Amino acid sequence: MVKRQFDYEKKYQELQEKVKELREMSKTFNIDLSGEIKSLEARMESLREEKYKNLSPWEKILLVRNPERPTSYDYIKFFCDEWIELHGDRLYGDDRAIIGGIGILEGQPLTIVGHQRGKDTKDNLLRNFGMPHPEGYRKVYRLLLQAEKFNRPVVTLVDTQGAYPGIGAEERGQAWSISQLLMTLAKIKVPVVSIVTGEGGSGGALALAVADRLLMLSNAVFSIASAEACASILWKDLQRVEEMAEAMKITAFDLHKLKIVDEIIEEPLGGAHKDFETTANNIKVSLKKALAELLSRDIDEILEERYNKFRNVGRFVENGSEKP
Amino acid sequence: MIRNTFGKKRYFSISKSAEAAGKKPDEIPRKIACPSCSSLIWETELVKNYRVCPKCTYHFPVGAWERLNLLVDPNSFAELDSDLYSCNFLDFPGYEEKLVAGEEKSGLREAIITGYASIAGYKVVLGIMEPSFMMASMGSVVGEKVSRAVEHAIKNRFPLIMCTASGGARMQEGMVGLMQMAKTSAVLSRFHRNSLLYISIFTHPTTGGVLASFASLADIIIAEPGALVGFTGPRVISQTIGQKLPENFQRSEFLLEHGMVDLVVQRSQLHSTIASLLRLHQGGNNG
Repeated sequence: MVKRQFDYEKKYQELQEKVKELREMSKTFNIDLSGEIKSLEARMESLREEKYKNLSPWEKILLVRNPERPTSYDYIKFFCDEWIELHGDRLYGDDRAIIGGIGILEGQPLTIVGHQRGKDTKDNLLRNFGMPHPEGYRKVYRLLLQAEKFNRPVVTLVDTQGAYPGIGAEERGQAWSISQLLMTLAKIKVPVVSIVTGEGGSGGALALAVADRLLMLSNAVFSIASAEACASILWKDLQRVEEMAEAMKITAFDLHKLKIVDEIIEEPLGGAHKDFETTANNIKVSLKKALAELLSRDIDEILEERYNKFRNVGRFVENGSEKP
Repeated sequence: MIRNTFGKKRYFSISKSAEAAGKKPDEIPRKIACPSCSSLIWETELVKNYRVCPKCTYHFPVGAWERLNLLVDPNSFAELDSDLYSCNFLDFPGYEEKLVAGEEKSGLREAIITGYASIAGYKVVLGIMEPSFMMASMGSVVGEKVSRAVEHAIKNRFPLIMCTASGGARMQEGMVGLMQMAKTSAVLSRFHRNSLLYISIFTHPTTGGVLASFASLADIIIAEPGALVGFTGPRVISQTIGQKLPENFQRSEFLLEHGMVDLVVQRSQLHSTIASLLRLHQGGNNG
């Protein structure tokens, strides 16, 4: 049976309750168990640490789908001393599944855009579970041109299961809006830093992830299509979704090894939602470093580097030898 | 071998008597049933008619080489980058087998052929995708061949023409496969900066990551009648929204109505339409 929920924390809490009971028992019956309790607690902690260091790809997917996981708004509010959200694509509407605006991070103005999941059911309905329509991507397009005009670096936060698969999305050109963003980000004349904070799903996520630097939280995942979709399409077997998650190489560690991700940002034990401040601060440190490095350089050099980075992605055999 | 023939030409039905005669299926004159209007058409007649049903204009699938011949001036094609092969760098289960099967089924090394050609005397760089090779999904080789085709076009200041068909990005190559969307889009940003002409022709089916990258980044977009064109496949959409999809949803005519393509062009008119567009652009390299 495929695990559908990340339940390790619940088990851990149950163990903590047991230890508490033990402590009370030792008090009531006046038996000294402090040594045993201490070693038990140490063992629990080390097991927990071990568990989080060795999460399977599928467990990571479940972990980042936790509704308590911080969203783009949370991070933006943490990063920026001042922030104004801007709305609408000037063509059709305002897609709440993608947010965008201008913020100041320690004196540096930035255009920040990101996928936005909901915090609860009501919010999720408003935000379409963080799955954008074309108007969302076209809002980003508009804000990118604006960023270029005012020479503001761009920061994107990637956190979506994918672009929304719906009738309206197709009618209004989902594919066109995504391709337009891919091409615009490839050539935009300001530095772009992208951070995968949760689940990066397919083209709908990639549309915001073409950047000079791609950073990724340690539990985040980024995949060509959801593990569920791949398992059902390729293997016609949803029960093998865990195996598929493993085969697709979707974790920050694997993608760093494949040279798709430039830097992994460590999450605290238990995941980003267990300690938001630490997570957000870790991102902020890496983001500031990446921006400072990019802003110290000539933009033409950055554009050349960005172009080559994407031009050279891919592995194949030519004239009998493997490239690159 | 016989099984392969049947697998390849799914829409073709061969009469029992011809089969019983023991001849090779390719040598027997046969009638093919149109999947749209069910009328029986002699194959020779169908081939003469660009593989379009003479009764209802249903467009049968065309292999990459046959399509090439329909599109370019005779003997004008010079293939580029034909020695590129895919490799299973992720150790993805079953990928090698899929590649071998794709090769056998399509007779091609990968899901796209690219090269120089001329159309009505105008020199172009051309790419044609072949759905019988792993649904013409885009992995590293397709991404690289498309990118090189774009670069050949930039270098020679030739227009670029892409006949697209695809199930999307190639899942067996994971994120490296998805990144081919970014790669082809990046290369096209340079192409457009050079004021060169790019025409794409959507054939059945053009979907997913190919549609959401190089296919839709053309100056002029033509679709073949009845082709399925969309970002997400119709099955996934109807499952997600739990609704029946509108008639003609994601077909070329639907896209024309919604402003997503410039033209829907019958296969028999494709060559003359492209020739006309090249003429209107004065060969497409005068930017």
